[in-house]
This record gives sequence, C-alpha cells and structure tokens, in this order.
Amino acid sequence: MKLSGADIIVRTLIEQGCETVFGYPGGQILNVYDSLYKYQNEITHILTAHEQGAAHAADGYARTTGKVGVVISTSGPGATNLVTGIATAYLDSIPMVAICGNVPTTQIGSDSFQEIDITGVTLPITKHNYFVGEVEDLADTIREAFVLAKSGRPGPVLIDVPKDVQIATCEYEPKPPAEKEKSHAAKDMRIEEAAKLINSSKRPFIYFGGGLITADAQEEMLALAEKIDAPVGCSLMGLSAIPTDNPRFLGMQGMHGHYASSMAMHNADCIISLGVRFNDRVTGNRQKFATGAKIIHIDVDGSELCKTVNAACGLRGDVKLTLQKLLPLLDEDKKPEWSAKVADFLKDEERFTANREGLTPRNAILTLNKYLGENTAVCTDVGQHQMWSAQNLTFRTSRRFVSSGGLGTMGFGTGAAIGAAFGTKERSVLVTGDGSFGMTLQELATAVTYNVPIVILIMNNGVLGMVRQWQTLFYDKHYSNTVLNRKTDFVGIAKAFGADGMAATNLDELEDALEKAFSYNGTFVIDCLIDKDEFVLPMLPPGGSMDDIMTELEAVK
Amino acid sequence: MNRYTLAVLVRNQFGVLNRLTSMFRRRQFNISSITASETESAEFSRITFSFDGEEEGKVQLVNQLYKLPDVCSIKELTNENSLSCELMLIKLKNDPAAREEIHSAAEAFKAETIDYSRDSIVLRLIGNGTKMDDFISLMKDFTILEICRTGTASIEKGSSILRQNLNL
Repeated sequence: MKLSGADIIVRTLIEQGCETVFGYPGGQILNVYDSLYKYQNEITHILTAHEQGAAHAADGYARTTGKVGVVISTSGPGATNLVTGIATAYLDSIPMVAICGNVPTTQIGSDSFQEIDITGVTLPITKHNYFVGEVEDLADTIREAFVLAKSGRPGPVLIDVPKDVQIATCEYEPKPPAEKEKSHAAKDMRIEEAAKLINSSKRPFIYFGGGLITADAQEEMLALAEKIDAPVGCSLMGLSAIPTDNPRFLGMQGMHGHYASSMAMHNADCIISLGVRFNDRVTGNRQKFATGAKIIHIDVDGSELCKTVNAACGLRGDVKLTLQKLLPLLDEDKKPEWSAKVADFLKDEERFTANREGLTPRNAILTLNKYLGENTAVCTDVGQHQMWSAQNLTFRTSRRFVSSGGLGTMGFGTGAAIGAAFGTKERSVLVTGDGSFGMTLQELATAVTYNVPIVILIMNNGVLGMVRQWQTLFYDKHYSNTVLNRKTDFVGIAKAFGADGMAATNLDELEDALEKAFSYNGTFVIDCLIDKDEFVLPMLPPGGSMDDIMTELEAVK
Repeated sequence: MNRYTLAVLVRNQFGVLNRLTSMFRRRQFNISSITASETESAEFSRITFSFDGEEEGKVQLVNQLYKLPDVCSIKELTNENSLSCELMLIKLKNDPAAREEIHSAAEAFKAETIDYSRDSIVLRLIGNGTKMDDFISLMKDFTILEICRTGTASIEKGSSILRQNLNL
C-alpha cells in the first residue's frame, strides 16, 4: 500500500513492537504527530515537558523492559534537547531509537529556521545515525536502526527525517519485528585458556556489570560462583541483576563500593569480569588496581578488552553463551581459606558502617526498602543520594535499578522514573537530591498529566552534596557554589504541579510520608531533610588504590 | 611514536569519512595523510590513513573503527607487507640562477616537469613519503611557491585483498 513517510515511520514503529513512545512535537515533525493521532489506538505517545525528559523516559523504559526505547522530537532545539538523553543512553549501552524531524531537503544546509545538523552533533554519542533523504529508504532504515540499537552491545541510534520525506509517499510493506543479530560465544581456545586460569586460582572473584543484565546471564554467573566457590561483586550498572540477599553477593565495587566487595577484588588472584568496562570510578589508580590478580574479561564488545586494564585472558563474545561453554570445563572446588578471608572483610565492613540513629541517609534508604515491591523500579539522579541508594537498596528483580552510571547525568531521574513506571506498569520510585531534582522537576507536569504513580524521595541537604564532599576533602572546605540556600518549597511545588507531597524531618515522619506515598494514586513528593555534611563512605580518593580507602567519617573530616 | 598505515574499506555513503576521522579525533590521533576514493565497486570506498602514535592507542583505534557500521574491513599495512606510493606537485620560482640545479635534482629524483613559465616551474614526483621529504628538503635551497601532496596510497603485496575479510 502507498503511505506517506510519516505514516511509514509510525507503522514501522508499531511493526517493531513499540507500544509506548515519548516525545515532543514541533514544526518539522508535525506530519509524524498527525500519523500518531491516526494510529493512537495502536501506539501511545507520552508528551513530556521537555525533550530531555522524553529521552530519559525512553531510556528508563528501555532499562526496565529490555526493549528499545523510542523518543521523537522536532528539528533544531528539539533535537539538541535530546543530546544529554542520548549521551546518557550511549554511556550506559541502552537500546534507544531517536527520531527527529528536520527542515525539507531543499532547505538543508541553508541555516533555515530550526535547522541543525543533528547527525553531526550526535556522531560521537550514538552507535550510528542516519539522515534519510528518500522516503523509499525510511522503513528499512528504521528496521536497521532497531537491529543496531539492540544487537551486541546496545546503544542509541538516531534517525533524522526532513519534512518533505515525511510528506512524500511510497509503497509500504509491513514486516515482522527485526531480530537481534545472532550472538556468539567466545573462541573455544580462549575459553579453554580462561578455564585453566580459573582452575588454578585460589582466590577467584566474579565481577559483573550492566553487560550481564543485557546478556541475561545471571543464572550462568551464579552457577559459576557456586562451582568455583567465589564471592561476587558488581559495578553500579550491574546492580539489581541478582537479588541483594544472595549470600555470595558482596555488593557494588568502586569509589563508593562496599568495603568487603572492593577488598575481595583487591585481594583476589583471579578476577572473572563479565560485561564490565573497568571505568576509572571502579579501578582508581590503574597501576595499583588488583595487582596480584589475573583478569579474565568476557565482553560482547571486543574493544573493551584491554582498553583500560590488561586482561590475562580477553574473551570477545556473548557473556551467556560463553559462560555456558566455560562452565563444564571448570573443576568443582571449595575454597574455605578464601571464604574465611572474605568473611573477615565482611566483619570489617560491619564495623565501618556507621549505624547512627535518626534520619541519616542510610536509615532513609533502609526505611524505603520496607515499602518496595518485588517489581518496583528504583531510579536515581546523580550524586550522594545515588551512592547511598546503590549501597543500601534491596533488589529482588533484575532491571529494577535505573541510574545514570557512565555519563552521571544530574536531572536523569525524573524522566527515567516516568519511563520506568510505563515500562513496569507499576509505581516507580525516584531517589533524588535537591540539586538533581531542581534540574528537571518540570517533568512533574508529565507525571501528573498521565497520573503516573511515582514516589519521589528528595534527599534534601540544601547543598550539592557530592561536590561539597570533594570540597571538604580536597579543596580546603572552600564551598564554592555548592551551598544552594534556595527557598524552594518542594512540597509546595509538588502541589502546584497537581501532585501531592509531605516533608520529613525525622524517621517517624518519613515512615508516615512513605506510607501515604505508596498508597497515593499519582505522583507523591517527599522532601526528606538530611544534614548537609553527611558523607558517602567508604571512599576511594580519585586516582587512589585500596590502600587509601577512607572508611570513617571522623577520620576524613 | 611509530608511523602506522591503515587501509579501511567502508560503505560508500555521504558522511562516512567524517565518521572515521571523528574517531581519530576522539582518540587524539593526528592524521598525517589520508586518501579516499571509490573502488571497483560503487558500493565501497577505500580510505588509507597514515598517522603517528603508540601501539596501544592504535589497537584501540582499530577496535573502535571496527564498531562503526559503515566500516567493512580494516587492514594494517606495513613496509613489509605492502606497496605504497604518493604523488606530489611542487611549484618553484623559476630563477635563472637556480634553473640548472633544479633541473639536475629533478632528473635525479625522476621528477617530471609538467609546467614551465618565465616565473615558475611545476614538477611532478611519484614515490614513497621519504623520497618526497628528501626532495622537499633539497628544494628548500630554492624558492618553493607551493606544494601539494596526495597522501599515501597503499596496497597489499600478493593476491590478498581487503574485501576478503568483510565485516558486513
């Protein structure tokens, strides 16, 4: 049948299995919005307050469902507003397709109104991008974009469509949803090498990241841990992959990771790393990072092997398929000495963990834990609250921790929490800070309009806490531009947007507020007041090693 | 620092050169020479990059280039496994006092005179990069008006071809 380019875009999205898309209309994407109107019974469009919010919502949707998140915007400022959202998805390897309108092909390159070279702008932050100059190429380009976005190491793909291409017509033939490219296990020779290293190891440690979730390889990873009797830790992106209460799980690694987890990795003689990329926030000083360990690195993206740390054995391949081939080659083994040592690390960690009374950040998150359902997605923004969440949240289901790990995007959370609620079809939670929330709180309007059930817990300390922490430790307490001193009334703001809210100044009030929030039909904001000099601990100073770890509040002040 | 040459076969689409050079920029490599053209098939373009850098960075660069969907095949070319050639046009001031010397240098380097006027001489030189550099250094004794070099074109010795390991 003959369809317009705009209809082809929407029909192809439906064909690819999109039920919900996020976006914001404008002059050069009007035709697509006309088609969205026409097909509104088959595809739901969520209008956000700002394109950045739409991109983060598509991201949150993708992270919680594993499907490709779709965001639509107009040309020029609409497209540039997507940039932070696309970059966030790129750094965390999240499958996303962004569709932008552009000025008609006859005007391209003439600096016409709201024209921007968005394929040029997004070149370094997309897996690939397309400028579609012919309507005949549209459907296949979108299909190719979906395949690219979700295959191998996922990532965002942008498609720029000039207005005349949306208007032009051509034959359209529906096709079944595009399949991911087939993934492969690593080479047998490498797997055998890895097995040899693991079998000769006395102190193995398994370290996984977001790649484990993408590959859906939790079962294989846990079987590996069981077989070789190894403790397990993860990067920020790996959180929620396995239930927090798994006895082998020591928690997150890195700059603010769990002490026992970091110590176990530091003392291991073999680190089996799965779908991670050894970010500087994890390794600290790379020269001093786990010097006694042989690193086995399995990743679907070959360019990650030996990028930042040298692996004794790098295996390029799908984590799940590779582990399935690796497991039979491993000797079943108990390592009581190593287990005892890990148990000692855990005892030390207990000692370091400040179990203070009152409304401390840790107690706030522990209280929140009581209200989380099995399927509740918890989103965060970026800063101290993000680390307190990562350290103290309890997870039971995979894909239920949504946080900007790679780019560290303040302002990510509100949009992401909206997307997560649509993705899980359940109430979502956002833990944020007063700084982060201030960046994108206009998305409260979106949440209220669509009556999205979200509990927003603002850890309000009146300062940009993480930057302040660095200023305290490394900048002689010069609190340059981190004391917000704003007079913002967050509960008042919530009400002004049509949501509801409560303030909490102690744990009892927080319990009351959470009680109300989790039974409220809609968006509920809790303004939780905490002290401005709460620290995220432990802390590995930037460029430091485990020898420099800071664990006690008094010692660092 | 080492000199590297990469031959890259890419999908012949607009913007593809930009995608590749952007990756060099992101890895902070300065490209010392680049040649790009269509191949025997209109579907593919062949781009040859020469650049200086360290082994580790080069490996990363190649890995990252391979991830670009437009990149079909990459091969590292060395002096041992390949043949390289470059073309240079050099315009010199036609000074009667220097004419003789320029002429004999050109002869020694097998440079061809392709334009001759009262005020200028244009020579065409074909060969490898070192030969170009040597000739330029020699011509510095005279007045060089302009130089234009094509960059290195490289091809593997023997029957092996770039399209054999297509990454499509």
